[in-house]
Amino acid sequence: MAGKAVATRQAYGEFLVEKGQVAENLIVMEADLSKSTMTAGFAKAFPGRFFNMGIAEQNLYGAAAGLAGSGRVVCASTFAMFAAGRAFEIIRNSIGYTRANVKICATHAGITVGEDGASHQTFEDIALMRTIPGMTVLNPSDATSAKLLLGLAVDAEGPFYIRLGRLAVPLLYEADARLEIGKALRVRAGRDYTVIATGIMVYKALCAAETLAGEGLSVCVLDMHTLKPLDGAAVEKAAAETRGIVTAEEHSVIGGLFGAVSEYAAIHCPARIIPVGQRDTYGESGKPEELLRKYGMSADDIADAVRRLAGRR
Amino acid sequence: MDTDFKQLAKAANAIRRGIIRQIFHAGSGHPGGSLSAADIAAVLYFSEMRVDPQDPRSPGRDKFVLSKGHAAPMLYAALAERGYFPRAELDQLRKLGALLQGHPSVKIPGVEMSTGSLGQGFSVAVGMALAARLDGGGRVYVLLGDGELEEGIVWEAAMSAAHYKLDNLCAIIDWNGLQIDGRNEEVMTVAPIGEKFASFGFHALSIDGHSLPAIADAFAEARAHKGSPTVVVAKTVKGKGVSFMENEAGWHGKAPNAAEASQAMAELGGVL
Repeated sequence: MAGKAVATRQAYGEFLVEKGQVAENLIVMEADLSKSTMTAGFAKAFPGRFFNMGIAEQNLYGAAAGLAGSGRVVCASTFAMFAAGRAFEIIRNSIGYTRANVKICATHAGITVGEDGASHQTFEDIALMRTIPGMTVLNPSDATSAKLLLGLAVDAEGPFYIRLGRLAVPLLYEADARLEIGKALRVRAGRDYTVIATGIMVYKALCAAETLAGEGLSVCVLDMHTLKPLDGAAVEKAAAETRGIVTAEEHSVIGGLFGAVSEYAAIHCPARIIPVGQRDTYGESGKPEELLRKYGMSADDIADAVRRLAGRR
Repeated sequence: MDTDFKQLAKAANAIRRGIIRQIFHAGSGHPGGSLSAADIAAVLYFSEMRVDPQDPRSPGRDKFVLSKGHAAPMLYAALAERGYFPRAELDQLRKLGALLQGHPSVKIPGVEMSTGSLGQGFSVAVGMALAARLDGGGRVYVLLGDGELEEGIVWEAAMSAAHYKLDNLCAIIDWNGLQIDGRNEEVMTVAPIGEKFASFGFHALSIDGHSLPAIADAFAEARAHKGSPTVVVAKTVKGKGVSFMENEAGWHGKAPNAAEASQAMAELGGVL
């Protein structure tokens, strides 16, 4: 694992140009961040199918709902804060309620936005998007799986929220990996405990599992790239076959992966679950790795959570 | 023009009767802002728009978005009169399990967009106009309320419509002057409306929103106009056609009782 590092937003930009060549029904929309969200490549290659709506995220998603349909699929991008946050109610009523074929491809999610600071670091987007009926919520862990999941999303009908990051993160998958929406992937086998991770925290979880192996703890790591619909069977298996679960997400511990896993487990398979994530607070400016450490979302934090389950802390 | 305005007047009256009937049976709803736009709806559905009630999703059709979604009874009455669904559905408005929802839903034949949260329909109409241009045909009409113009998304949408020179888009403002808490000037001043849109790059027209020839002429001018979207600022009377509802903010969102509904129907040449 862990060779080259590529940002998932980079994968998104490459995906759009590749997909645009074969899918003439693909429309891309933007809110003045095309060089950051990486839609600029598509804009250059297919100017007739690209619409920059300016710094106006509400109108971006309203107009996306109007453009989708009649066989068209729309990828509409801005930063996650302004997509899920600012435009929430437009997404809920004009995209969710109407089941519009819009893929909300939201970049710069989480604390790894880094230096821009708290106003741009969203930890609420998964929670917000997960509450919308019929919304599929994806959070790829690396650039390879991001491309594969984007392909599945664009080929599927209906609204999707796809969370993408700014930071270059290690590649975890081969290009021929088989991913399925709604099915968690076991990226490391283990007998004692399970770390259910999502997004960039999958790599951190693998690092933690490696450390813990040296301490005699065998840890299974799941990549929960789909937050909704949640892979309940994977949660049940983790609860039944290992002695406890740690969830790891670059998102608030309220309403995201920990929320989804706990909701499912509370009904179907009560289990001890410890969250690693943003603890109901705002971030600040800093380097991504420094911030992940300061706010409790490092590989060490995951390892500590497993040690707590094992009674070693 | 050879438009039959007698027929249009009949249609407008039928739409008004449908509005009263629906809201009376539902026991709730928005009569004032539905009645004010009835003449606009009559011209759109019985003269201006190329639509096929037998094939509501036909490619290349003209589209109407009711951005002021609370005027749903006006839209439903127009759709029923045009034959999109049986008139009997009008008596079931807002009832559990019924086709006709309190605000427009795309599940209803002929309804192009689910609306109700103000401002969003205009934004969606911009997207539809961009799509119509890609598809090579079809005009998009969107009706907004005056109070609705207080929503920020309206001006985001207006800016983008002008930027993309959407001459296949026609916005209509139902300027009845009243919103829930009172007159626009008391709550939040929206005037001047035409000038605001003109400064955003719209071709702006001002008309009497209850003159059927004026409405028809405005749509014809919008169709002929190239290079920018058109806004038709239609001065209207809230509650138009029912004497005791006219210009009364209290009839924004209130249902008539049986005696009031009977009187209203009588004024409109019908019976409850």
